[in-house]
This record gives sequence, structure tokens and C-alpha cells, in this order.
Amino acid sequence: MVEVILPTQIRMIAQLKPKVCVKVADGATLNTLLDGLEADYPALRGALRDPSSRRRRPFIRFFIAGEDFSNENPDSPLPISVVDQSEPVVIVGAIAGG
Amino acid sequence: MTTVRLLVGTKKGAFILTSDGKRGDWKVTGPHFPGWEIYHIKGSSIEPNRIFASQSTGWFGQFIQRSDDGGETWESVGRDFSYNGTPGDHLWFDGSSRPWQFTRVWHMEPSLTDVDTVFAGVEDAALFKSVDAGQSWTELDGLRNTKSSSAWQPGAGGMGLHTIVVDPSDPDRMFVAISAAGVFGTTDGGGGWKVLTKGLRSEFMEDPDADVGHCVHRIAMHPGRPERLYMQKHWDVMRSDDSGANWHEVSGNLPTDFGFVIGAHPRNEETVYVIPITSDTEHFPVGGSLKVFRSTVGGDEWQPLTRGLPQVNCYVNVLRGAMSIDSLDPCGIYFGTTGGQVYVSSDEGESWEAVVRDLPAVLSVEVQSF
Repeated sequence: MVEVILPTQIRMIAQLKPKVCVKVADGATLNTLLDGLEADYPALRGALRDPSSRRRRPFIRFFIAGEDFSNENPDSPLPISVVDQSEPVVIVGAIAGG
Repeated sequence: MTTVRLLVGTKKGAFILTSDGKRGDWKVTGPHFPGWEIYHIKGSSIEPNRIFASQSTGWFGQFIQRSDDGGETWESVGRDFSYNGTPGDHLWFDGSSRPWQFTRVWHMEPSLTDVDTVFAGVEDAALFKSVDAGQSWTELDGLRNTKSSSAWQPGAGGMGLHTIVVDPSDPDRMFVAISAAGVFGTTDGGGGWKVLTKGLRSEFMEDPDADVGHCVHRIAMHPGRPERLYMQKHWDVMRSDDSGANWHEVSGNLPTDFGFVIGAHPRNEETVYVIPITSDTEHFPVGGSLKVFRSTVGGDEWQPLTRGLPQVNCYVNVLRGAMSIDSLDPCGIYFGTTGGQVYVSSDEGESWEAVVRDLPAVLSVEVQSF
């Protein structure tokens, strides 16, 4: 299982708790984690990634183990500290707008 | 007792204003969806408590919300607006071609005959239909596949299908307006479409009389004479008396014929309202004086309506979806501004009052009376 912390606005719309747990297989990547998240919570489909290209929406950022993972390869394995639940994946909306 | 409900979409949420048939005292609720852009929010004429809202942000994209209790509670419904097949290309600002890409829903239009059917006009321009109250959407791709679509191009606000008008006497007859492409009409519920731009002239185009490329800001239908259509184009106020087959200019004595909104009187087919905006580079009223103009002869001859409206230091805009007219007698007219005011006239435009003054910038106003 991986803990995922969601941005406030999207969890209000999707009526979710701030933190959710997603079951992942061995060798999980950011993409497979997001696949699982969207499967568990269909309201999130398209809100974090483009539904067809799976590309990150421009103002969405992924922080993993304290590092900005947003521009890393989403098909590379997640750190062990995330997979063993000692640290969460944090999804945030970037500072933008007016 | 008559209830009048105003559905107001803003840059930072939706607001619902409710009054009785006198339209003097208003109860305000909101913001609904605080922080989110609500491009359009509109209720069903069959079941007024069923309301659809287009909700979006740059962070999370497009959501659609539905209420079945008049806006008390909301349910997030379907939001997959996938184009049919592989989308083609349209023109970009610099003359290059660019593939269709979904950005947002500009307009929600509940069916006049089936409470579970609703249409959505989107950017990049296309028309979608839901027959399950918004849970799933199917593109009516006959519109996007008209042979002219490769020459459609975005206006400054994007290439949005921003206006959907349905003929109350024949719901299979619909008209849509796209910036910057033109007006298109269907007589079979959205299967086949015709370009309806004969008579439009746009000087910014290489060929000012071309079939497509016109930046139509809004169209309105007279409900009792559906073949009578009015248009506020980027520049020019236009009228058609033959369901869009031919258009002629009725700008007449307006101080400027640039603007965004246009609305038809519910009974008098010759009465029409516009709010002139200075120019395409100065999006505020002429001289800082906010005036609604009314023609009672189908255009060309216009009278300013100013009582209760600010006549000095007013530099707001009134966006294309931000005016609505009810069907009561006398009719009520409502519009919202980018300064956050919502103005109401309960006497056909003779006098006005701001019923709220400090909302976020208003994107759309729709009125229901039941």
C-alpha cells in the first residue's frame, strides 16, 4: 500500500479524506500508482493527468520522499520508503492563478 | 407564488439569487464551488430544480456538477469529453494548424423536452450530448466534421462553442455559435449542420465575407418567432429573419457596435437588448457610462436605458453569457459584470438596481421563473 495525500480542492470535489491508501504491486511506479488511485476513485480520473496521454496536468506536482518528482520519469520505480509506507506521496496544486 | 432564480457563474464560484415575482428582494447563497471557475450554470425548463454547472480550474481541469434540488446539494457527474475519432486540425493565431484539444465547457443547455438530456458546448469547439443527466457524454461530431472546420480559429478567449440555442417549437432545430468560426444550424437534432454566415462581414479576416472565421459573440432567438435571430458579433449587431440563412446589420445609431451580450424580449419580437462595449481593445462602456440599449423595432433604432446604472467611472465589462431575460410580464432583465455587480430590471429595462455588488467577475447569468 502507498499513502497518498491529495490537494484540498480536489478532495472536496471528490468527497475524499485528505489521505488515501492505494494498493500497488511490486515494482510500482508513479504511473501505476496513479492508475490504481484513479481506479479506486474514478472522480480523480482526468484531474491529475490527461486521461488519454497520462501526462501530468501542468499545475499538478508530485512530491515523493520530500523531493519534487514531477518531472521525473513516471515509469521509474517508486522509492522503497514510499512502498513500505514510511513516507507518503504528496500531490499538490502548484502556486498559480489570481 | 412565482419564484425567480438567478444562476450566476463567476471566476471564483457560483451564486444563486432567489426572489419572488416582484423581483425586489433577493436572497443570495454561495459561493458554491468556491475558488473554481463556473463558466456556465443553467437549469432545466422542464424540472427547474435540476441544474447543471460547468466547473473548472487550471489545476484539475473540467468537472460537471448536477443538482436535483435547486442548488442545495450537488453531484459531480461525467467529465469525459473525448472527441470522436482522431481530431483534425484547426487554424491557430499565427495561421499555422493545430490539433483539436479539449479545454473546458463553455455552455450547458438542458433539453426542452427530456429532463435527462443536456447539451454541452466546449473549447476547442465541439458539441456534446448526454442522455443520462450528465453521467456520460457523446460528441455530435457532424458539427466538427463540417468541411469548413479546418479554417476555424480561436478568438482571444479561445475557440469555444459558447452559445447553444434550441427552437422551442421544434427541438431538433438548434443553432450554435463559435468564436471565431460563425453560426451553424441543424434541423435533425445535431446530426447534420449548415454554416449560417451569409451577410456577415469581418474586416479582420483576409476575406471579410468568407463562410467561416467570424467571431460571433452571442446569438439570441425570439421564442415566439424562432426564425428571428439576433447576433452580437465582435463588431456589428445583426439580425436574421429566416433562421440564419441571411443576416443583415442593425447596428444603426448605437454608440459602438462592439459588445458581447444580446437578448430578445420574450413576447415582442421587435424588442431586443444589447450592452455596447467601447471596442475590441477597450473592454468597458463608452466614456465609463454603463448603458443598456433597447430597440423596439428590431434594431437600427436604439434607445439608451440608464436609470440606476452608473454613469461615471464605470469600467467593467459584460461578458457574452452574462445577460438573461425572464418570461414574466413585464419581463425582467439581468446582467452581471466583470466588477462583480449583478443588475436587475423588473420593468423591461426602464430602471435598474444592483442586487449584489461585490461578487467575483461574473461569467454567466441565467434566470429561471417557475
